[in-house]
Amino acid sequence: MNTSNLAEALNLGFEKKAVTHQQKTSLTLDKVNIRYGTFLAVKDISLAIYERQVTAFIGPSGCGKSTVLRSINRMNDMIRGASIVGSVLFNGYDLYAKDVDPVLVRRKIGMVFQKPNPFPKSIYENIAWGARINGFKGDYDELVETSLRSAALWEEVKDKLKQNALRLSGGQQQRLCIARTIAVQPEVILMDEPASALDPIATGKIEELIQELKASYTIIIVTHNMGQASRVSDHTAFFMVDEQRTGYLQEYAPTEQLFLNPRHKKTEEYISGKFG
Amino acid sequence: MQTQSLFGTETDINTLMGKRKRIGLLWKVAFLFSTTLAILFLILLLLTVIDSSFGYVALRNEVEPSSLIAGKKSVKDFSRAELERVAATNLSSGILRRVEYEKPLEQRTGNDLVALLEQYVIKPKVLKTWGLWDSLTHTKAIDEYSRSEEGSYLTFKSWINAEFFLADQSADPLHAGIRTAFLGSLWIILITFLFAFPIGVGSAIYLQEYAQDNRLNRILQLNIFNLSAVPSIIYGLLGLAVFVRAMQSFTSGSMFSSLTDATANGRTILSGGLTLGLLVLPVIIINTQEALKAVPASLRMSSYGVGATKWQTIWHQVLPASGERILTGTILALSRALGETAPLVVIGASTFISVDPTGIFSKFTTLPIQIYQWSARPQGAYRNLAGAAIIALLILLMLMNSTAIYTRDKLAKKKRLES
Amino acid sequence: MHEQTAHPFGKRKRIHERVIETTLFLSAMLSILITVGIAFILIRESYLFFSDPDVRLLDFLTGKKWQPMIGLFGFLPLLNATLTTSIIAMALGIPIGLFVAIYLSEYASDRSRGILKPILEVLAGIPTIVYGYFALTFMTPLLRSIFGETTVEIYNTASAGLVMGILVLPMIATMAEDAISAVPKELRLASYALGGTKIETTFRVVIPAAMSGLSATFLLALSRAIGETMIVALAAGAGPKLTANPFEAAETITGYIVRISGGDVSYNSIDYNSIFALGLVLFLITFTLNLTSRKISSLFHQEYD
Repeated sequence: MNTSNLAEALNLGFEKKAVTHQQKTSLTLDKVNIRYGTFLAVKDISLAIYERQVTAFIGPSGCGKSTVLRSINRMNDMIRGASIVGSVLFNGYDLYAKDVDPVLVRRKIGMVFQKPNPFPKSIYENIAWGARINGFKGDYDELVETSLRSAALWEEVKDKLKQNALRLSGGQQQRLCIARTIAVQPEVILMDEPASALDPIATGKIEELIQELKASYTIIIVTHNMGQASRVSDHTAFFMVDEQRTGYLQEYAPTEQLFLNPRHKKTEEYISGKFG
Repeated sequence: MQTQSLFGTETDINTLMGKRKRIGLLWKVAFLFSTTLAILFLILLLLTVIDSSFGYVALRNEVEPSSLIAGKKSVKDFSRAELERVAATNLSSGILRRVEYEKPLEQRTGNDLVALLEQYVIKPKVLKTWGLWDSLTHTKAIDEYSRSEEGSYLTFKSWINAEFFLADQSADPLHAGIRTAFLGSLWIILITFLFAFPIGVGSAIYLQEYAQDNRLNRILQLNIFNLSAVPSIIYGLLGLAVFVRAMQSFTSGSMFSSLTDATANGRTILSGGLTLGLLVLPVIIINTQEALKAVPASLRMSSYGVGATKWQTIWHQVLPASGERILTGTILALSRALGETAPLVVIGASTFISVDPTGIFSKFTTLPIQIYQWSARPQGAYRNLAGAAIIALLILLMLMNSTAIYTRDKLAKKKRLES
Repeated sequence: MHEQTAHPFGKRKRIHERVIETTLFLSAMLSILITVGIAFILIRESYLFFSDPDVRLLDFLTGKKWQPMIGLFGFLPLLNATLTTSIIAMALGIPIGLFVAIYLSEYASDRSRGILKPILEVLAGIPTIVYGYFALTFMTPLLRSIFGETTVEIYNTASAGLVMGILVLPMIATMAEDAISAVPKELRLASYALGGTKIETTFRVVIPAAMSGLSATFLLALSRAIGETMIVALAAGAGPKLTANPFEAAETITGYIVRISGGDVSYNSIDYNSIFALGLVLFLITFTLNLTSRKISSLFHQEYD
């Protein structure tokens, strides 16, 4: 199968990616198994996430991609009955070690959710609050402006910073949520289907933003939109689910390679839309 | 070919349908009637209270004004000089001394002197009272009564007036008022709030935000529900045994001051407030829990996402989001406590006090208890007083409930307009 | 394997958080303390009551006369009066309350509902002392003018019972309406699709479906009526009397408690202990009703959730 023909046939939007610098590992998952109660949600997940790259998690619904994502910033702790075996290392440190404070983890590894959920406060306060409770001692005005600029939202809201954030459009709210996450200066940003609740134009803006953000942050994005994964990510992890409804990692490769030259049949089938 | 359906002929079906429709109509009438009855009950209740609060009173004076100043039938007709003169000569020495001590006669206003004379010299006695309805429809019978009773005269009285609110409890129904009771109620509600609000909201936060879904906590929930349905008089018994008796040194204030045990008495505002606090505590807990439940999980998630701790999330995000609902529910719970009678009677509200409460260790009476005491007395005039007091209570409750609803609406509006 | 020393995610002390959590926990525990307190006090004082030589448990439960002066402590007159007023209250409150509920949920337009619901709320918010006053100044004279002043005493249980019915009416109406509205629309639609009229649907389908919610409501209302004090204190009469005639005066359990405790009672007298014994009985009765009601209604939720 001719590579470029497949790309055309699948209508994937590839850009010639620049040769990346030497890839340093930011996060390592090693044989991660997560249970909800007795139900095994995902088994033996092992992969390395590279610093300042965008990694996409794709796969059919129910395959556990969000579960794995949540385990990285210890949001699974919030779910009753969730338990994890295996290790999640961030810059070499085991995030699930006994003396680890999950609150601090979540500052370093931020999260943007599927449905935009800004705080019911002003735009300014949305960004300032996270910083404040983490003990930020600098100039708040500057922080707010920087964060909003990084999220490509400054121009649109600079005159109405005191306005209630809920009055923004969906796309703007989501960018606000990104700005809010950036404000606490994380190293990693996790995104759980960040554009699935948005219209195509807003989605495009988010995708552009991700490309800009990757210069400063490691990004992991869960998406069910393969076009998005191919447009936006440097590496893609394809998750599958077995007969017991347990998720596992089927294939993990640089994005171009996974989409144009998938090694597993299931990967190819999923990409070409045979199932979803 | 004729198919005889098992459902009968068409005529049969139509007849049956007609009957079914008629039955339906009858029941609908029954339902409407019941609804009308419910509305009627409310109207009757309010009318009864209003009826008692206004009406003719047949009075007889102990000393006729005309015997003091010839030709003048009412004290109000006396001139200023006459008022002073009559007061000086006719007030008994003990009373005159006390009155002069409070404020000398020359310095008193005309109205003041009129009131003095009325109360201590003229001393009108209530012979009979009538409700508003009777006053408007049975004027003939009322007139006849007045004529038959020697020396009596009629006056139309509105039992609810300014004096009513300012006067204290008094043996004389014409001069009795609810000031003491009203203040007692306010003091007690204050204590109730200070006690029940922090503990109630705190418990609810724990149950809703911290507690795991295990056996202990389910029992706790059930327990709170049961407590909210316990008859209020049981809380009175609890308060009597614990606050009034067992904790007497605390609730009477004797542990803080030099009151001896002989005079110390646990039947104080503090005991009353704590007892009612226990009563409304389950209600506040349940209401607060509902308010917290209504806050979407996504708000908490996004808060944790930026690295907030649990308490930071609760204090800065969850409570502001649920605050107005919590407040409204609390005000409504307090207004319920305001109307409670049985527990405070059991605790031991004072049957007769004319001294305003000065602090939490004072003896007390409350507005509902005042109503109870007046209602229980056989003399007609007390019924009228009770009616007037009920109007006062209902107005107070209406104010409280309106405040609750108004606050809720105003805060909701403020949120929407946050720009 | 890495050395896990000095990593940047070390657990902060956050004593602040633990202190707050503990304080909140203690607040919640207070509610248990209250229940325990109620049970303890009632049981202890009842024990004192029953250990008095004048009192025997069997006589208490079955005795027909309550006259502490001469050492008679049969509690049947009090129980009887309580039941009489409560049953009369239910006889008025349940049908009317249920009908109002049916009207509200099945027939009323949004506008009517907008008027009715506030009215019910107002009725529910009126303090019971006002109802007591109403019983004394309106209901009793009404009964006396209908049935004659010789038949109806000035204090009687009928008057108190009827007004109690009005008292619980809003509660029954509101809770019954919730129960009826909770029945899924599909059940009604199925009945209509088979050609049922509205009333047939209501009685044959909706009400039976809502039965557990309705039963829970009625039990709760009964419990409320049994525990009600001020209406009977004002209108039913003072002095226990065992009688089947609702037009006579009789004192209920709650009326007795309030009368005795409102007077001068010394702490170590048998009168003092007796009110707690009666309180215990009252607590047990209402507790059982409340618990049963809750059990039934959780059954109800299981069906439809």
